[in-house]
Amino acid sequence: MPHASKKGRVLVAMSGGVDSSVAAALLVEQGYECIGVTMQLWPEDLPLAHESGCCSLSAVEDARRVANKLGIPYYVLNFAHSFAEEVIERFAEEYLRGRTPNPCIVCNEKVKFGTFLQKALELGCDYVATGHYARVEYDPERGRYLLKRGKDPKKDQSYTLYGLTQEQLARTLLPLGAYHKDEVRAIARELGLVTASKPDSQEICFVPEGDYRAFMERYKPESKRPGPIVDLDGNVLGEHQGIAFYTIGQRKGLGITHPTPLYVVAIDEATNTVVVGPREAVQGMSLLADPVNLIAVPELAGPMEVTCKIRYRVQEAPATIVPGEDGAVITHFEEPQSAITPGQSVVWYDGDIVIGGGIIERDLKELKVAGPLPAAKAGAAR
Amino acid sequence: MENGRIYLDHAATTPVDPDVVEAMLPFLTSEFGNPSSIYYRGRQARRALDEARDAVAQAIGAQSPREIIFTGGGSEADNLALKGVAWAYRDRGRHIVTTAIEHHAVLRAAKSLGDQGFDVTYVRPDAHGIVAPEAVREAIRDDTILISVMHANNETGTLQPIREIAAIARERGIVFHTDAVQTVGHLPVDVSELGCDLLSLAAHKFYGPKGVGALYVRRSVSLAPLIHGGGQEQERRAGTENVAGIVGMAKALELSAVDRPQRLEKIRRLRDRLEAGILSAIEGARLNGHPHERLPGHLNVTFDGIEGESLLLNLDMQGIEASSGSACTSGSIEASHVLLAMGLDRKAALGSIRFSLGKRNTIEEIDRVLEVLPPLVERLRNTRISPGF
Repeated sequence: MPHASKKGRVLVAMSGGVDSSVAAALLVEQGYECIGVTMQLWPEDLPLAHESGCCSLSAVEDARRVANKLGIPYYVLNFAHSFAEEVIERFAEEYLRGRTPNPCIVCNEKVKFGTFLQKALELGCDYVATGHYARVEYDPERGRYLLKRGKDPKKDQSYTLYGLTQEQLARTLLPLGAYHKDEVRAIARELGLVTASKPDSQEICFVPEGDYRAFMERYKPESKRPGPIVDLDGNVLGEHQGIAFYTIGQRKGLGITHPTPLYVVAIDEATNTVVVGPREAVQGMSLLADPVNLIAVPELAGPMEVTCKIRYRVQEAPATIVPGEDGAVITHFEEPQSAITPGQSVVWYDGDIVIGGGIIERDLKELKVAGPLPAAKAGAAR
Repeated sequence: MENGRIYLDHAATTPVDPDVVEAMLPFLTSEFGNPSSIYYRGRQARRALDEARDAVAQAIGAQSPREIIFTGGGSEADNLALKGVAWAYRDRGRHIVTTAIEHHAVLRAAKSLGDQGFDVTYVRPDAHGIVAPEAVREAIRDDTILISVMHANNETGTLQPIREIAAIARERGIVFHTDAVQTVGHLPVDVSELGCDLLSLAAHKFYGPKGVGALYVRRSVSLAPLIHGGGQEQERRAGTENVAGIVGMAKALELSAVDRPQRLEKIRRLRDRLEAGILSAIEGARLNGHPHERLPGHLNVTFDGIEGESLLLNLDMQGIEASSGSACTSGSIEASHVLLAMGLDRKAALGSIRFSLGKRNTIEEIDRVLEVLPPLVERLRNTRISPGF
């Protein structure tokens, strides 16, 4: 198919928000042939989490107006099936197993840079683009595409993109990686885009008001499955409502009165048990990640010094990573980390470069739980 | 081939015929009067309106022009038919029979009645998309007050046995409505011959303007209005009449009768050429709808292993305009409820697209589509990224 532009044809994901609008504008300015697309992620027969958020009619209207203003073709494409299967269902299943998933990471890997990229190739596009704050660069020395932090440290989203493969990165443009959020807003205002002053979206797009427990009760009624709350000595202290409603490090809402503060330190799917303990018991020095995706290196041959994050919004910590069995990776921290949570992701950095990351399988410390819960089982929910 | 683009979506809408535009223009400029005004200019507008009503009544075989209610289009006509009859006859019963393959204007009007205490039965079609008269008969209950079955399906073009279904309704004394939005202005449509009590039509499907349609209502049928206000349309549809649009619709309907057999034959030949070309050149391409009992311009095809959405967007980029399933409110493509009701699975329904031909299509355009389509389907089937980690 003949391309009008030498730089190539790009399918731009446009949510109707300011970031993706400016991403599209920048690419048009840089001479790419752009096609704007809003992904319809939410099945039409389910109520929307937010009337004004992504997928809403007003978001589509905004994206359409921006595309018209930029003079690029625009379509709304249906990804509801892929989203329901890959993101919502997996999210719910992880919670059912007592784990704490990050659906945005799965959505990026499976939908935005999965199904969406597939659609882009079907439309004869060379690239996909989004409004993420991160950078993709080709490093000729390593012969690999690198994922790097965005220029704006407060907005950096490289953490949520660690799951991208070389094939996906090779076809990804992230024009906002070189900008601060303030600059992006200024560009939007300059261009007179309708989305210039829209507020940032923060929450999980399909969970109303960030209340994942209410979502789980509605979406998976079987998540209401009471069981014991035990302490590290195996004493039953109370009853939980279902392991899906608890997360590692949680202190509030346990319904237990105790002289000292208690935290959730482990969740065991096999025995439907929530284990609580003192603050120290929530701290961990090492974790096992599996599965893992490596970006900056083809494989981890030996130990490597890194900094890393075990949640999206958390201080980065120095650590050493070493290869585990069957591609798994073990992370040893220099300082104890609070609430190493199975299902969340650990992402490793070397300066601005994302080395890779993985899903946290478990905290590697030996929890000394007496009584009904064998120590080895704690957190090992697979 | 205007602007180098090939338009194959005439079931969605059609270009307004230049003669229709000419007929409308005076009523947008010098003859702008309100038909309800008593002075000369008002009387002129009223006369145009009366003539248009006569023409529409005559074109569809109505007994009297009083049986024609002008509306703001096909969806309004369908809504007026269903809700108007349901509310007028609610003391006799609360049951409505329609089909699973109706246009959303009928389906969602029925659903809204369902929310208001009416009971709706949706009859399913066979694998060709035909609704069996016997299936309609079986759905009838003692409290059935309305049956609504479309004349031809908008997605497949399949024609329904309206005469037989109307006869069953008549036999049981039940009001019968048909949504003829896809057929009026194409096939000869005569309300007495069909035996229907109500019939919906829309001007923009037959080279008339958008935003105007009509509902035929047999004199013996009662109808509650949806829109209250002035006494226009015999107090069944208030609001100042869209005179220019109505005049345009009457003109378009009149033109549709000129050289009808030749025009239909030309369209059918082009459609058959496209159909044969696609089915022979592309493996895993299957026709949806009835092979013969079908409007001459419709062609609905499933392509195994691809998404209709991708095919449509690629065709758009190559200047070919077709459509798929039904668009949802945001404009994204959903699996067609019509194809699903005919028994296709979700994948097959999403892998289908509709071409609908019109009087201005040419053999060169059809051959261009046949040149573009097979390699495109092939390319889509071979485009795959490897999954992530």
